[in-house]
Amino acid sequence: MTTKKLTYWQRNLRLIATCLVIWFVVSYGFGLLLVEPLNTIRLGGYKLGFWFAQQGSIYVFVALVFYYAHAMNKLDEEFHVDE
Amino acid sequence: MELDLKTLTYIVVFGSFALYFGIAWWARAGTTSEFYAAGGGVGPVANGMAIGADWMSAASFISMAGLIAFLGYGGSVFLMGWTGGYVLLAMLLAPYLRKHGKFTVPEFIGDRYYSKTARIVAVACLIIASLTYVIGQMKGVGVAFSRFLEVDYGLGLGIGMGVVWVYAVLGGMKGITYTQIAQYCVLIFAYTVPAVFISLQLTGNPIPQLGLGSTMADGSGMYFLDKLDLVVTDLGFKEYTTSVLGNNINMFAYTLSLMVGTAGLPHVIMRFFTVPSVKAARASAGYALVFIALLYTVAPAVGAMARYNLMNTIEPAPGENLVYEQRPQWFKDWEKTGLLVFEDKNNDGKIQYTSDEKTNEMVKVDRDIMVLANPAIANLPNWVIALVAAGGLAAALSTAAGLLLAISSSISHDLMKGVLTPDLSEKSELRASRIIMTLSILVAGYLGLNPPGFAAGTVALAFGLAASSIFPALMMGIFSKKISGTAAIVGMCSGIGVTMLYVFQHKGIMFIPGTSFMGGMEPDWFLGISPNAFGIVGAIVNFTTAYIVGIFTGPAPVEIQEMVENFRSPGPAGAAHAH
Repeated sequence: MTTKKLTYWQRNLRLIATCLVIWFVVSYGFGLLLVEPLNTIRLGGYKLGFWFAQQGSIYVFVALVFYYAHAMNKLDEEFHVDE
Repeated sequence: MELDLKTLTYIVVFGSFALYFGIAWWARAGTTSEFYAAGGGVGPVANGMAIGADWMSAASFISMAGLIAFLGYGGSVFLMGWTGGYVLLAMLLAPYLRKHGKFTVPEFIGDRYYSKTARIVAVACLIIASLTYVIGQMKGVGVAFSRFLEVDYGLGLGIGMGVVWVYAVLGGMKGITYTQIAQYCVLIFAYTVPAVFISLQLTGNPIPQLGLGSTMADGSGMYFLDKLDLVVTDLGFKEYTTSVLGNNINMFAYTLSLMVGTAGLPHVIMRFFTVPSVKAARASAGYALVFIALLYTVAPAVGAMARYNLMNTIEPAPGENLVYEQRPQWFKDWEKTGLLVFEDKNNDGKIQYTSDEKTNEMVKVDRDIMVLANPAIANLPNWVIALVAAGGLAAALSTAAGLLLAISSSISHDLMKGVLTPDLSEKSELRASRIIMTLSILVAGYLGLNPPGFAAGTVALAFGLAASSIFPALMMGIFSKKISGTAAIVGMCSGIGVTMLYVFQHKGIMFIPGTSFMGGMEPDWFLGISPNAFGIVGAIVNFTTAYIVGIFTGPAPVEIQEMVENFRSPGPAGAAHAH
């Protein structure tokens, strides 16, 4: 494998890892594991942990998928592998 | 003149069917590429919408809000599980599968693992997962028809099968794609309209996502969720916003199983073969999730508000219980179906609804009726109720069509063209796939009419099966260049095997009651993980055995490693659908 291809793939893997850490933190972290301490904080009528489990995590998921698509398109251009 | 509900429902439902037929005629398929992958020319927004309809089934539309209504915080596993999987799909599978550019999931597995056996094993896993799923849709169609159009369950099922047959057999993936876009619009409109009205009534805020976190419109200044917590705990139920499902490990495993299963469902993955480029595949995952999130962020509000309205109807103020003879019309309607049952235990003629089995008189409140009964409970006009019927049918039909295409293409394209009769001409393959599609519809209809004992609640099981077999095989094939064919085959078989064994030992062999040899009760569950949540354990078994077997078999051949390198970056557009 050429170094260029290898770098492209490693940059992709790093991007995926970053996104999946955020994915994990907002759902499993805030929504499940840390739900009790977060529930002591209020967001309007929502307990914060409950809000992450039933609303917040979903909004973050949407943002993550678009961010990944955007970042990958830029990476493709940088490495001239775009279609 | 006010039209009665039945006439109005007929008009709305058959109007929506006419729309689907029109689209199907306009989008007829002429080639196998159009039949399997809509010619590869579907734009990302359109594909996102089609994925939304493909994905959101009768379970999402009808059952989920009802589950949340009664599980409260515990229902979060469905919300996170059925959306978070798209993050995995968008980053770990979709772009690479699209770049490789074939028609079906087993075809990719056969190519990557250079093995017909791997392809056949993948077909078997696909059929097991998709068939469990399609039975649920067929039941949904039958129930929606029998409740709203007051026709016999079997006849309703027959009409539903006929509708799917017309546009799926005529149009294949192309016809299904464009009808799914229309079905998405119908279902999302039908879901949000009642939610907006109800949120407005209860909290004065028309946006359900905000209404759920707002204060009550009754002038008390109390937050809606606090009020709901108070109402349910007063009657001895668990607090709505904190009640967990099983234990914390179970919720964790359940969410993860649903996420990984979502990413591994073949009828969803297939939709990514219909877009023209890798870039479009990445974008359509994003649009799909937006369209899905529209329903999934409204669902918690629908669930919580339906629960509140139900409790409030039965006991408007503490101690002031509803007199049975004065019960509203919707109550009587659902009593007829047997899904709502009252039993006057203390003979006072009033309805007591509590968590205590001895005094509770609402002996049956089926969770599935919450979404369907919601508009009537909130006194919404008849056209809203008719719309909900059309929406529920759109959700069930669109998912059924996607599943049937996944099943029939795996038989006609993977088994027949790929393994048994490779010299099949394109024209014969197209004819064969139409015949197999017809047969699949008949089998699904038969199973919907005579559901095997396990049909109820098996949709969640389909996710466990997909999570433990297909997802790990695909992910390893992309992220490891070296993993060998034998390793993947052993991995798939042991993953799905362990999951099915766990389900069988707790729910009975082939779900026959009384044959479970471990007892079906919670104390016997491994770490308290329920059978529906076990898919993630199966997936871990799959990854682990594949890794160990891989050490012994050595790496995949060099040309396969080159193929993996090739589909890891978009590069110049490959010979995607040209074959």
